[in-house]
This record gives sequence, structure tokens and C-alpha cells, in this order.
Amino acid sequence: MPYPTDRKYTKEHEWITADGTIGITHQAQDSLGDIVFVELPKVGTEITMGKAFGTVESVKAVSDLYAPVSGTVTGVNETLATAPEQVNKDAHGSWMVKIKVKDQAEMNALLSAADYEKFVSEEAGH
Amino acid sequence: MLKAIGVHSIDDLFSPIPAEYRLTRDLAIPRQMAESEIVDWFKQRAKENGEGYTSFLGAGAYSHYRPVVIDALVQRGEFLTSYTPYQAEFAQGTLQAIFEFQTMISELTGMDLANASMYDGSTGAAEAVMMAVRITGRHSAVIARNLHPEYREVLNTYATHQAISQKLVSFTGSGQIDRKELEKAVGDDTACVLIQSPNFFGTIEDVEAIAEIAHKRGALLIVSIAEAASLGIVEPPRTADIVAMEAQSFGVPLGFGGPYCGVLATKEKFVRQMPGRLAGQTVDKNGKRGFVLTLATREQHIRREKATSNICTNQALVALMVNIFMTVYGKVGLRELARQNLAKAAYGADQFSKHARVLFAGAPRFNEFVVQTSEDPYAINSRLLGHKIVGGLPLKKFYPELGHAALWCCTELTTRSMIDTAVGLVAESERSVRSMKDAEPEEVAR
Amino acid sequence: MKHVTRKATRHINQNEGLIFEKSSPGKAAWKLPPLDVPEVDTAKLLGKQERKDLGDMPEVSEIEIIRHFTRLSTWNYAIDLGMYPLGSCTMKYNPRVNEFVARVEGLANGHPYQAEKISQGALRIMQTLSDCLLEITGMDAITLQPAAGAQGEMTGLLMVRAYHESKGNARKKILIPDSAHGTNPATAASVGYAVENLKSNDRGMVDVAALAAQMNEDVAALMVTNPNTLGIFEQEIHKIADLMHAKGGLLYMDGANMNALVAKARPGDFGADVMHLNLHKTFSTPHGGGGPGSGPVAVKKILEPFLPTPVVVTKADGTLGFEYNRPQSVGRVRAFYGNFGMFIRALAYIFANGPDGLRQTTEDAVLNANYIRKGLEGVYDLPYSTPSMHEVVFSDKIQAKKGVKTMDLAKRLIDYGFHPYTTAFPLIVAGALMIEPTESEPKEELDLFIEAMKSIAQEVEEDPQFVLDAPHNTRISRLDETAAARKPVLRWRPEGKPV
Repeated sequence: MPYPTDRKYTKEHEWITADGTIGITHQAQDSLGDIVFVELPKVGTEITMGKAFGTVESVKAVSDLYAPVSGTVTGVNETLATAPEQVNKDAHGSWMVKIKVKDQAEMNALLSAADYEKFVSEEAGH
Repeated sequence: MLKAIGVHSIDDLFSPIPAEYRLTRDLAIPRQMAESEIVDWFKQRAKENGEGYTSFLGAGAYSHYRPVVIDALVQRGEFLTSYTPYQAEFAQGTLQAIFEFQTMISELTGMDLANASMYDGSTGAAEAVMMAVRITGRHSAVIARNLHPEYREVLNTYATHQAISQKLVSFTGSGQIDRKELEKAVGDDTACVLIQSPNFFGTIEDVEAIAEIAHKRGALLIVSIAEAASLGIVEPPRTADIVAMEAQSFGVPLGFGGPYCGVLATKEKFVRQMPGRLAGQTVDKNGKRGFVLTLATREQHIRREKATSNICTNQALVALMVNIFMTVYGKVGLRELARQNLAKAAYGADQFSKHARVLFAGAPRFNEFVVQTSEDPYAINSRLLGHKIVGGLPLKKFYPELGHAALWCCTELTTRSMIDTAVGLVAESERSVRSMKDAEPEEVAR
Repeated sequence: MKHVTRKATRHINQNEGLIFEKSSPGKAAWKLPPLDVPEVDTAKLLGKQERKDLGDMPEVSEIEIIRHFTRLSTWNYAIDLGMYPLGSCTMKYNPRVNEFVARVEGLANGHPYQAEKISQGALRIMQTLSDCLLEITGMDAITLQPAAGAQGEMTGLLMVRAYHESKGNARKKILIPDSAHGTNPATAASVGYAVENLKSNDRGMVDVAALAAQMNEDVAALMVTNPNTLGIFEQEIHKIADLMHAKGGLLYMDGANMNALVAKARPGDFGADVMHLNLHKTFSTPHGGGGPGSGPVAVKKILEPFLPTPVVVTKADGTLGFEYNRPQSVGRVRAFYGNFGMFIRALAYIFANGPDGLRQTTEDAVLNANYIRKGLEGVYDLPYSTPSMHEVVFSDKIQAKKGVKTMDLAKRLIDYGFHPYTTAFPLIVAGALMIEPTESEPKEELDLFIEAMKSIAQEVEEDPQFVLDAPHNTRISRLDETAAARKPVLRWRPEGKPV
């Protein structure tokens, strides 16, 4: 699975674009299995880098969504409320929230597509 | 078997337990008994336990007739001796029964959906408050003082360490919640208003008006129902957000207080914040209809410390009793049953009012009413016991301001002659207390 | 034929729709006596509160009800049909005498608020059961009020908290081993404690060194299950207790696995301060498809003042009664006194066994588990070689190489006429198969089970896909749980009726 180079990644398997659009990676959806529910914050919520801001659920597991960087939620993908399966079909095309990034410098600490791919293959090796 | 395992004695298998903690003596408990002795022992205890008494007690535990098909069916080993239906392929009996239970409870309570059961009405109410806190993100609850006092105690226990603050709202001369006081108590930090209807005094609340007060400030309304039989003839709390019900009235033995059957019902939009198990409909790989436990991600075995509740075992077999009872009475029978309760209590209250004061006359009631006497109801009850009658529940312990008041209950099982006998005995005691007072006018003057 | 199942065969079971689909107006299964008081005008009495319609409640006849629920029952598996080796659930035989005595009039019909004078029978049952459970656990005081194990845990931790508060500091967290049941962390959170995980060592026990490092004055208690969920006795339990006590902490014991200890060892003797029991596990009250349970909590003397109200006491005149005035109590955890019907059943079980019977029960439970362990060792991977008590945990490591996981093996076991073991738990064993036979199983049933498990292992080698597609003999095949969770259908609605 190629990881798009137009965005940054976290070790918790989220991606974020330069304009602050956040989603989870193909790897994340694959390990979760069939996603049945996505719980997202309301517009206006402050989210903090490294802290949970929502959850994704499969039939038998719940995973927290961790904020790649801090910011304020400006948009939420409402279609996921009724069609969570979109995340399974196209993880990199299914955004979850858009945020106004508080500190662009935080973006620098995130992984590039190549680094993330390397991280995933290392993780699988264990 | 020991040989197959490769050990010499059974003690070898217990060698992991350090020797100093191994019990080398017999337990000091009663000796092994034969089945006949066990049956005798419990029959003796039953004799010491009010066997053959006529009772006017309600207050959260009601005496209704239990159709015999209930026990015939729940004692089938396939229901009695199965576990929680996690392996859906061969637990379809339990799962479909739960699905039918959820449907009937939703229908009766006027909610969109219901869970598979909670421990009882009191814990159900407490769980409903915590659910409202999760939904609203607010941390205070407004509680009616005419909610069952023991439900309030349970809520106190549950709420203490959840940082949920509580405000109590009193009742008016009609026995209903004081709506003016309620208006003042509900604020922008109120997660929910919790009332009971019919309330602890048997009085029916104006749920719609209360819902309006709660909703105006963005709070949820939780209605606790302790007497499920009322739903046959009393309009359900459709404007509530959560209904927390005790379903004991539907075919569950009084059993000295348990096991009973709590249940939560709510609006569709709140389902993911609801605790407890849920059965849902789906299909198998051949397209055949089947049922599974669903939305399990809310529960402790997956979410662990972030679960909606720690509830695990619920009251499945008791819920099955409730289910069968609802099926037996059905659409028409439940109404007729409720009608008889209403008529018996109306007659009872009417008869009592000729000799004592029946409180809270200004509002509709279901099958309970409060009688205030000149004499202490404990003294009256102790005399009634001599006639094999268990009188109403004295309320002094919970509501000292009501004085010599007791909560009486009449159901379809209370006969007219039982009511007349009890009323006659109370009337007698009232007359003698009054004549005693007449004889001592100076006492009254002081 | 290649896949002949050795025990189970299909038998006829009827198809049966939902009860609502059989309903039609005019059918009835109820009859009330004629009203002996004056009829009432419901509209006048209730006004706008009168309910006019009960919606889609069913209308069916009695024979339809009997058939409906009897047919549904035939779709269930049950202990009465065969072995039910769910690990940590203790699915033992539920004696019928228990059901009989629980329904004796006077006990079944007692009202919780009837005067104590006419409640002596019920009170005596509660007191006798309490005395027996205290002797079995080696503890000092007990409450029977909690409705199930999870509520027992909550009650126990509330008492832990009250105890620490009485010393001036409630403390902040609860230590929980990674092998623990999910209710443990959920309960700790519900009473306002943070949860800190404790790693197990390579023998599957609490790592005492790690505990020593993690234990400090912020820790209120350690919740330990003993034997733990791997079926392993915590051999250093006393060291664990000493470590906790040295820093003022308490030892909470989850009694889920007491079936391995009754009459052989007592938690009170090895340092537990507070524990809950599951009457529906150890003391044979029926599971009933998921309840009712009952979760008494036994404590040491230091925690007695904090027991929920009321408690049963012997009064000055020698009669029994309830004591409500207990200023340090944690309060009530449910209305009335607990699941009394379960107390009757548990006490009947204790009477039927006595001291000898209870010892024999525990010995047989441990013997049966070890017999299965021996029979399946090598066929299935045994992640911990530490001796087993009443249950044994294997893993699917060998079968996973063929793509067959613990849940698949479990589904195939259904075809052989057995309920599956507990799958994928405890979490510290990847692909766990957790097997608890209980004392109820005769050697013949154990042999059938071992043979079935061996046969499945062979099938995995020869035809893994066949196992992956199991069960083959049930009414329905594997259900679409994803669809059920994505678009939940939680109740029936008549066709065409708007939601």
C-alpha cells in the first residue's frame, strides 16, 4: 500500500495534511478490521497533540484517535456517522476532522510517508 | 485419572498452594444433608416467614398473580442452565427472547429501544443518571424526593465517586413533585432530572410538564417506574429521554426483595451511551434471520476502564419471566389487569378515607395511596399481624413530616373482603385512639 | 465420509418466528377474576394520563406461548445438554433441588418490607449462608447485597476507598494484573480510582519484583484473582499481601475462581482483606442465559464498619433483624437486601455437600482440568507450563499456522456437541483457549471432549477451510456481526410502520 506523500503521519497511525485534515491510515483500518462506528468531537473542540480526541470501533475493539498536533476542530466528516465502512474502503480518502493548527512547528515532528512505511514494516517485524 | 495425569495422589495437584495455607481440617459448616432434609429445612424457614398472610405492601415490590406457564418455561434446562449468549449460533433461543423483550419494553415505555436488563430498578436509575452525565457532559442531577428512598440511597452510593452533585426537589400537597421548586433547581449545569411515576406515594406525575422544564435548560428527563403494571393504563413517559424501570410486577416473585429485573429504555440517538447488553437482528451467511449481542464495544470486556458501566451478568432469566408475563397478558390483558388494580386501590382509598385521612387526594394515582392515622402505624400493623394481615409501609423513617402515615397497596389479588377487614381494624383503632383523646381534653389543650 | 462428528447429530427443531408475527386480535392467554369492587371511570380517575393503546403488544393463545418458548429453548445449548467448559465461568451442574426450595411458598412470596417478626425464616437463611461463606473464605464479615460479581467488586472497592478515607487519604490508584477480567479495571474507574497495569512474569504469575517497584502510598489496593485467569495459583500470594500491607495498601481478591479453593485453602488465611464471591459460579446457582447472579463481599475486621446497609444482626431478644444505623457504611448498592432467591439456592448447595462434599468438589474440579490438560498437551500449545488448578489455558499457536484461530476452533467444537471454551481471554495469551470443565463432568464426558479437540486439531491439518467455515450443524451459520453493529436493529417493528 503506497502512503501518499502529500501528508504527515504519526506512530499512532493517523495522517494529517498541511491544511489540518486528519484521518487514520490504511494500516490502522486493516488492523482494526470492519469499522462499525466512528466517534468524533464537535466543531469548536480544542484538541491536544498526543491526546485522544475520538474513537473508532470495530465489532470487538475500540481504539482511541490521537491528535497528531494541537488545534481547534473546524469541520467533522458527518458521513462517517452513517457510513463508517468508508474508512475501510478508502482510509486515505476518508477524512475525520479538520482542525485549525495551533502551532505549525508541531507538524515538523511528524513522520514522512517513507518514514511511516518503514515504521509499519518494523512494527510488523516484532 | 490420577495415573493418566501422572501424579500419585490428589494432594499432588494442590501442591502449588503453599503448605501453610492448605486447609487440613474440615470446614465448620453443617454436615452433608439428604435432599429430603434440605427440603424440610427450607419448608421450616418458610413457615417462619409470613406464609399465609395477606399483605398490603407495595413500595417497589408488588404482589401480582404469576401465570403458571412462567415457571414451566423458565425451568427448561436450555434457558436455566445456559450462559450469556456469546456463541450466537447455538444461543438463538435466549437471543430471540431478549430481542422480543427489548421490543415489548420499548413499546410499553414509549421509548425507541431498551436493553436486555439491569440488576433492578434502583441500580437502573443510578446507571441512567450516569448515562445522562455522559451524554450531556454536565455533572449535576436534580432528584425528586418522592423517588423511592432506597433508589435515592443507591444513587448516592453510585454518584459519590463520579463527582455528580445532587439537588433534591420536594413534593406538594398533591404528592407530586413541586414544579416551581423544580424550575429553580434546574440550571445550565443540570445533566438530568430524575423522577418516579407513579411516584413513591403512588401518585402519577405530569411527565410532559416536567419534561418541558428539564428540556428548556438542556437537561435530560429520566423517569423511574417501580410499578410496571401501571403501564397498562397510565400514559407512558414518551417525553422522557431515559426510562429506568423495575419490571418485577411482570411475573417475578416477591422473593424477599430479589432477584428482580431492572431495564433501561431510551431514544435511539442515545443508544451508544446506554449500559448493559443488547441483542440485535442480523443475518447469517445464507441470509437467514438471526440475533447477536451487539454494540459490545460499550462494555467492560472490551473497553475495560473506559466502559459505560462495569455491569456484566444481568438478570436474563428474570427478564425471561417478564417476557413471558407480557406475552401472556399482551395488548388487552395488560390493560385489564391495570384497570383492576386501579379499581381496587380506588375502593381501598375510598374505604380508608371514611375513617382516616388519605393524603395526596389532588392528583391521579395508580394502585397505592398514603393513609394518615391518629395512631402510630407500627402499632396498628402489629395488631393487624394478629389477624394475619400485613398493613401498609410506615413512612416515618423516610418522610418524618408525614407523621403517622403509611403507604398501602391494592392489586388485582387484593379482595374486597380483605380490604374491608383491614379497614375495619384500622377504623377500630382510630375510634379507640380518638375516644382516649376525648377522655383527656387537657392533653389536647396543652 | 470425511467429517463424521463423533457425538452430536442434528435433530429436528422447528422454525419459529417472532411472537409478534403470530399475534392477531382476539387471541388471549389470560383470565382475571370478576371485579369484586365497583367499576371505575378510568377517564375520570386518570384524565389526560389515561393510556388508550398498548401499541404492538402481542395477542396470542397459551399453547402458542408454550410452543413459542419451547421451540426457542431448543435452539440453545445448556449444561443440561453437555459439557460447557467456559473458563472462569464455572458452568457446573445446577441442582434441581435448589430450584424447588427457592419456590417454596413463604420464601418465594415474602415481601421485603414485611415485619421482621414474620421474616425470621428469610433472615435465618441469610445468616446461615453468611456464616458458611465466612467459614469457607476465612474472612470476618460479609454483605450479601451485591447483585452480581461486578457489583460485588464495586462494593469491595467502595469499602477500600472508605477505609483509606477514614485514615485521611483515599489514595489514587488500583493495581491490576494484565491477566485480569475486564470488570476489574471498569470497576476501579467507576469508584474514581486510576488503573495501573501490573505485568505478569514468565510463569504467568504476578511479578513480585515489579509489584514491589510499583507499590507506594498512592496505591489503594491490588485486585488479584487467585487462582488467576490462567488457572495458576499465585504461589507468592503471601509475599504479595505483605508488600501491599507494608505500604498501607489492601489486597482485593476477585473470587471468580473460588471453585479451585473451597475447603482446600482460604483467602482470609493467605492475606486477602476483601473479596467477592459469585454464587452463580462457585455455589451452583443457575446462569440463566446471563443472570441473575449474586456477588457477596467478605471482608476482614478492619473493613467491617464500611459494609453496605442494612446488615443482618442477632438482636437482644435472640431474634434476627436488620441493622441500618451504621455511620461509616458505604451506603446501599441496591434496593432491599440482594438477590435473596440466589441465597436460598447457594445454601441448598452447601447443605447438599457439607464439608466432605465441598472438599471433594474442589478436588474433582482440579482433577478434571488436569486430566484435560494432560490429554491435550502437545496437540495444542501450552503457553505456561506452571501447574494448573481448576482450569487450563492453551493457545492456538500450532493451528494458527494453518490460519485457524481460537474462535474458529471454538465454532467447530459446537459441531461436536460441546459449548466452546472461553476464547481469546486472558488477553496475555495470544489466541487463548481457556478450558474449565468443573467437577460436574464424569470421565466419559471428558474423554469425549478430549477426543473432539484432538479430532479438530487433525481437521486443521487436513482441511483448515472446513474448520474455518464451522459450525456446520447449527440452525444458523456464523452471523454478520458487522452489519448488526453498523446499522443496529434492536427491536421489531411491524412492516411498513414508520419508525
